[in-house]
Amino acid sequence: MIFVIAHKELKALFNSSLAWTLLALMQLVLAWIFLGRLDAFLEIQPQLIQLANPPGLTEIIVAPVFAAAAIVLLMATPLLTMRLIAEERHNHTMTFLISAPISMTDIVIGKFLGMMIFFSVIIALVIALSISLLVGGTLDFGLLLSNAVGLFMIAACFTSLGLYISCLTAQPAIAAAGALGGLLALWAIDITMNDVNNIAQDFSIFKHYENFNRGIIDTFDLVYFMLFTLTFLVLSIRRLDGERLRG
Amino acid sequence: MTENSLMLTISAHNLSRNFGSYTAVREINLELRHGEVLGFLGPNGAGKTTTMRMLTGNLAPSSGSVEIYGIDLLDRPRDAKMHIGYLPETPPLYRELTVNEYLRLAAKLHRVSKIKICSALDEVKLQCGLKDMGKYLIGSLSKGYQQRVGIAQAIIHDPDVIILDEPTVGLDPNQMREILSLIRNLGTKRSVVLSTHILSEVENVCDRVQIMHQGQMVFNESMTGVKQKKISLEEIFSQLTLNDKTSEKI
Repeated sequence: MIFVIAHKELKALFNSSLAWTLLALMQLVLAWIFLGRLDAFLEIQPQLIQLANPPGLTEIIVAPVFAAAAIVLLMATPLLTMRLIAEERHNHTMTFLISAPISMTDIVIGKFLGMMIFFSVIIALVIALSISLLVGGTLDFGLLLSNAVGLFMIAACFTSLGLYISCLTAQPAIAAAGALGGLLALWAIDITMNDVNNIAQDFSIFKHYENFNRGIIDTFDLVYFMLFTLTFLVLSIRRLDGERLRG
Repeated sequence: MTENSLMLTISAHNLSRNFGSYTAVREINLELRHGEVLGFLGPNGAGKTTTMRMLTGNLAPSSGSVEIYGIDLLDRPRDAKMHIGYLPETPPLYRELTVNEYLRLAAKLHRVSKIKICSALDEVKLQCGLKDMGKYLIGSLSKGYQQRVGIAQAIIHDPDVIILDEPTVGLDPNQMREILSLIRNLGTKRSVVLSTHILSEVENVCDRVQIMHQGQMVFNESMTGVKQKKISLEEIFSQLTLNDKTSEKI
């Protein structure tokens, strides 16, 4: 049943021009950043050769592109997640799902899964961008993998938060604004944090992403992302279940 | 067959629902047998829709119980919902899907097996007069056709209990007649709850009639009983539902 919902979600997504526009724009922005980094690399290449252990293509080009991709996703996710529940309510189609013999958990997980499949497409495009470097050099595939895993995990966090906020309202626009506000606040923790050993660091979503970005897959980071995602998924399910009680 | 016809398909006891301090539905009882069509009447705001939402598991009752085919809706919602087809007041349609895509989705969500989906789709389209509409986007259909798609999604999984909230709204007289004859056909093998404002619909189609007013069930009689007593539904309806309202306003 989860897959039926996920399939329906993807269909709705690709039936609308929003998904295609977002895919195109994201790829445009990321390709731009990618080319910018490539330029920078070519400029400093003569100096790099003199170093004993010079950073490679992956560190200089791929990692920054993935860091930028996380920010772009932060902006794009609210646009995608806003419709998940809010639009179903707005169009009175939530009844259709609730009347069917499926649980709220199926609905929430199905919708989440659908979004994650869409994000996998975005991540695959970023990976494809990075792999194009093989034409003129070598890549550190370990670092690329860690970046891809990190981007997937952070996308899961964004989606679960956006999904939860979409559960709170019947207006997609409000859901988008709410999710964007929430995600920017998470980002702000990272920016305002000045000290290294701050407790807020443990809660900052981007600090955890940074580790993946540098090629470190730490269980603490993995657990953080999973707990974050799980928390908002459970909150979403509880919220929708509670709604039948409150009316 | 006799055993089947005696079987209770819906049985709701002392069903109540409060919204804050406002009581929308107060301790109503509702029983429906196999092969019965129940006409559910009442003025606007009487609690019909609230009751139907409770019967379909869209709204949890404040107190009372609902059983569908002997399965408790609150304890085992998934098993109970398998037997229900529901058309809400506003048909729950995805405008961006085609009729075929939408009905196929409805079938899948109701666990119709893959092999049966195609034949179920064809049959339901035939029943609801949507034969040539399969490839159209739902958003581009007229109100009447959208209403038919709404009915089609409620019956595609061949449910034993069909709950229709004002199914004939927005239909022209011909379509209305078609839909009513469809409902009558459905009612021979299943149980149907039909909420409506049009009394003649009830007289033509229903086996039993219940009238709700201000959250309470004020009238419950079989259609043959009504006919034997030679009272018109219209009179009963206005008698039962008009008095309080006028006195309340004064």
